[in-house]
Amino acid sequence: MRKVPRKPIDVEKIRKDFPIFNQKIKGMPYIYLDNAATSQRPNQVIKAMNDYYQMYNATIHRALYELGEKATDAYEESREKVAKFINASPEEVIFVRNTTEAINLVAYSWGRSNIKEGDKILLTVMEHHSNIIPWQLLAKEKKAHLEFIDIYDNGLLKMDEFEKFIGEGIRFMSLVHVSNVLGTVNPVKKMVDYAHKNGVLVLIDAAQSAPHMPVDVHDIGCDFLAFSGHKMLGPTGIGVLYGKRELLENMGPFLGGGDMIKEVHLREASWNEIPWKFEAGTPNIAGAIGLGAAVDYLNNIGMENVKEHEKELTKYALDKMMRIKGINIYGTKNVELRGGVISFNLGDMHPHDLASILDNEGISIRAGHHCAQPLMDRLGVVGTARASFYIYNTEWEIDYLVNSLEKVREVFKV
Amino acid sequence: MGNRLSSKLLGEGKGGIQGMSEIYTRMIIDLYRNPLNYGEIEKPDIKAKDTNPICGDIIEIQIKLNKDIIKDVKFNGKGCAISMASASLLTEMIKGKSIDESLKMDKNDILDALGIKMSLVRLKCALLPLRTLKMGIYSYLGKSDKV
Ligand SMILES: Cc1ncc(COP(=O)(O)O)c(C=O)c1O
Repeated sequence: MRKVPRKPIDVEKIRKDFPIFNQKIKGMPYIYLDNAATSQRPNQVIKAMNDYYQMYNATIHRALYELGEKATDAYEESREKVAKFINASPEEVIFVRNTTEAINLVAYSWGRSNIKEGDKILLTVMEHHSNIIPWQLLAKEKKAHLEFIDIYDNGLLKMDEFEKFIGEGIRFMSLVHVSNVLGTVNPVKKMVDYAHKNGVLVLIDAAQSAPHMPVDVHDIGCDFLAFSGHKMLGPTGIGVLYGKRELLENMGPFLGGGDMIKEVHLREASWNEIPWKFEAGTPNIAGAIGLGAAVDYLNNIGMENVKEHEKELTKYALDKMMRIKGINIYGTKNVELRGGVISFNLGDMHPHDLASILDNEGISIRAGHHCAQPLMDRLGVVGTARASFYIYNTEWEIDYLVNSLEKVREVFKV
Repeated sequence: MGNRLSSKLLGEGKGGIQGMSEIYTRMIIDLYRNPLNYGEIEKPDIKAKDTNPICGDIIEIQIKLNKDIIKDVKFNGKGCAISMASASLLTEMIKGKSIDESLKMDKNDILDALGIKMSLVRLKCALLPLRTLKMGIYSYLGKSDKV
């Protein structure tokens, strides 16, 4: 991670880099508040990918000509950038499609050879479906059990339950860093430390943290960490799995095919070195290059500054939104413990109605279960509306959102 | 932060919610607040329940028949304004009709009654009550459910 001086970020300048904000939606400037789903992408990222396609398009690792070498260099250079970004070494960074694939890789490759009948895997009730289903599949196959850490009504994890579960014998834990619904920032460093003291390996779902705050795998100490490029200014179809070297070395492959092999005979084969052992087939070269450019872009701003900007916006938004009559905001109100994600309901309005009306005002927010149905059940709601922020959002946009919500409330007689 | 940007964006003039939204007409909001035919029927001849899992919308329709004429119909459940308004209007429309006539109703009858155009995503909400109704009638008739 590069050190960049702490300073407020220049939103006006940043917005100019994002072509999507140069257009009007329904005749109005576009207010995009669905960043937890996917972020927008700056020109720098789009250009990096275009350059590859237009000037050095070639496959990597095997092409023995100049452009192929250039493409290979660019792909591997992106891996180095990503590795630095999370303070890992390049061999520990595997390019995958997204967070979902990264978690599936671990459940399949590590899980299938290490989880045995009767083993327990620990998750939390605030996990995204992508951090539940792979473990359900594994547990079913191996006759293993899933345990879930509950939350308090303020959206924080019950740490005494966590310690109790660990004490009772857990084989593996997989846990979200920042909740995509509640915004809760879980104390992952502390939890990993406690888990390790009890011999439990830990995967961190960093889909909502890596884009928004400094993430250092050595500091956290986790064994695996997963995130998606498309939520951090990068393209879709590229994501990252970090794994500790000693674990990756001992894991069997995930997908089989080209590139992941060393030698192939008719009835047997040996595997390539890490990380390539886990990258079967022609990878998403343009995507990796785009992600490298996104990492450059974020580094130029500085992740501490990104985090600070979002903290200010979240504080501002919470203060204003809490004053709306009939609003129910989920999660802690303490911005030290939450990221820039605000889930809410307005009176008895269905969140889809809310999102539809705001859409008509040129405001994009999300409504629904946010791929976290077990959490919706826990909160006792069918869904929530959700506003989530990023580097290009402003206080003015939040004012506009709050204003619109006030009017919706009047018209819907909430 | 953002002050200069704000005034710039403001200068370009955001509309503000005047007409609210083309799909949230006064009628739809009124029907959401005060639905028609909401409730239950004692010993219904037809009873069907369906959900729209993406939204969490859930609707149950109950019908009392007099031969093949719909003598009374009620619905209950929970959902967005579009699905609730659609259920109110649908139950109004089929009251007094034969079940055969009711089966002939389609998407356009619902959209005409609602008086709005909508995206594919919201169309699912609007059509949930009709789908539920047809499911109920078909299973009453012992036919396969082919809506
Ligand atoms: C916390 C969390 N985990 C995992 C995911 C899955 O990410 P992707 O769909 O990019 O695999 C998301 C994104 O929706 C998320 O918010």
